[in-house]
Amino acid sequence: MAVSVLIPTPMRKQTNEQDTVEVNPGTIATMVKELAAQYPGIEKRLVDDQGELRRFINFYVNEEDIRFLEGKETPLNDGDTVSIVPAIAGGC
Amino acid sequence: MPKVLGMRCRECGEEYPMNPIHVCELCFGPLEVLLDWELLEGKLTREKIEKGPKSMWRYWDLLPVEGPPTVGRNVGFTPLVKAERLGREFGLKNVYVKNDAVNHPTLSFKDRVVALALTKAREFGYETVACASTGNLANSVAAHAAEGGFHSYIFIPDNLEQGKVIGTLVYGANVLAVSGNYDEVNRLCAEAGDKYGWGFVNINLRPYYGDGSKTFGYEIAEQLGWKAPDHIVTPCAGGSLISKTYKGLNELNRLGLLENGGTEGIPTKMYAAQAKGCSPITTAIKEKYEIFRPQKPNTIAKSIAIGNPADGHIAIETVRKSGGWAEDVTDEEVVEGIRLLGRTEGIFTETAGGVTTAVFKKLAEQGHFGENETVVISITGNGLKTIEAVAGKLGSTVHIQPNLASLAEALQTEKLLATV
Ligand SMILES: Cc1ncc(COP(=O)(O)O)c(C=O)c1O
Ligand SMILES: [Zn+2]
Repeated sequence: MAVSVLIPTPMRKQTNEQDTVEVNPGTIATMVKELAAQYPGIEKRLVDDQGELRRFINFYVNEEDIRFLEGKETPLNDGDTVSIVPAIAGGC
Repeated sequence: MPKVLGMRCRECGEEYPMNPIHVCELCFGPLEVLLDWELLEGKLTREKIEKGPKSMWRYWDLLPVEGPPTVGRNVGFTPLVKAERLGREFGLKNVYVKNDAVNHPTLSFKDRVVALALTKAREFGYETVACASTGNLANSVAAHAAEGGFHSYIFIPDNLEQGKVIGTLVYGANVLAVSGNYDEVNRLCAEAGDKYGWGFVNINLRPYYGDGSKTFGYEIAEQLGWKAPDHIVTPCAGGSLISKTYKGLNELNRLGLLENGGTEGIPTKMYAAQAKGCSPITTAIKEKYEIFRPQKPNTIAKSIAIGNPADGHIAIETVRKSGGWAEDVTDEEVVEGIRLLGRTEGIFTETAGGVTTAVFKKLAEQGHFGENETVVISITGNGLKTIEAVAGKLGSTVHIQPNLASLAEALQTEKLLATV
């Protein structure tokens, strides 16, 4: 088993239109590195020029926002699901 | 003639053609509609607007639609009420209530955003519309979908007030009650996104939805005699209304339509109002955080219980840029706010309006408003939808028999003596 990552529509050009990809266990930070190695162009989408996760993207591990967990250092274990979701949605 | 040039990313400036898309492919920033100002400047006049319909569509020239409205033709142009008695309690002479509690047809400001989003949905060719909602948007999307003959899917948290649920089901919508809070409902909808080919009012149609709120600002200025007020207090959830109200006022200034505008900008200070139990925006402003921290909502003000606001950054920036401030209030103060507006102005607002009125009170007591300055309180929803929040907290009826003796006896009781 591995970690499943759900890719949002505006990022699927970088993943050859795949809506789910797999990475090895680790953390959100290692996931970003692994995705960057597998899918050229995706890193710029995920992190800004300072290397910080972009503020208009929310990351969820098993449906919990990583800002309520350990942020970039949130651990990812076998079988976990990460959702990458554009932050600009909603409004009651 | 097309008055919309396209869309532009608010963060990085990348431009896109006008489509049902809401985020930038490069940086995920929010897309905004780009109006053709060359076409508008010097041509759109007060007279032209004043001759328009008594609805939000009198500002058609400034809204991102190509044809005439096809749903929600009667939305908007709600009363701007001079609140003499409320103002007097705080020694203020020019307090106004912008009363969207009586917006047509579903009694909240959301009718503005939906009229625009569904008119746009029709232009894009959608037959099914959807939204994630804390209630008011649900009511409005369901009603306007019925009016326009769209299918609708409405996603709500499963703990909403009866009035909000019944007031959605009645229009024949498909209502999905999700176990979880609004932020969870919203994440689900963002993930479902374009899977089903629906026009999601607050996702892929979000830039158009957002622009509907500009009309709240346009109307305030026109109703004040083409003047931008000194202060506006606005409830925040996603943070869109406060930002777009300010944007609307600035657009009128750009067009030279304001008495008190000019190249220095408008005098208006924007104030964000939230409940303490869900205050990511007001906390960031008060604590001077650079970016807001999401929260897990816990408040009776369910309509504005968004812990992870999409336009949080823009709302914070709007308040800072305008020189305004922010406050948050407890659930007890929310109920007090509802009562205060009811007892002084005869207006029954929902919990969001209770938040706004209570925050107005707090800001007034902190001395933010000058005696003669113009203060507008944004009342965005109707009290009949959130009865649960005040039931049992407003005193009780006095029960009597249908005869004069019983009446006379009742009038002797302490409670009723004052009224004799
Ligand atoms: C009555 C009421 N007021 C204010 C708001 C806040 O709007 P925004 O999400 O644009 O901040 C909402 C959102 O649902 C609402 O229902
Ligand atoms: Zn961008």
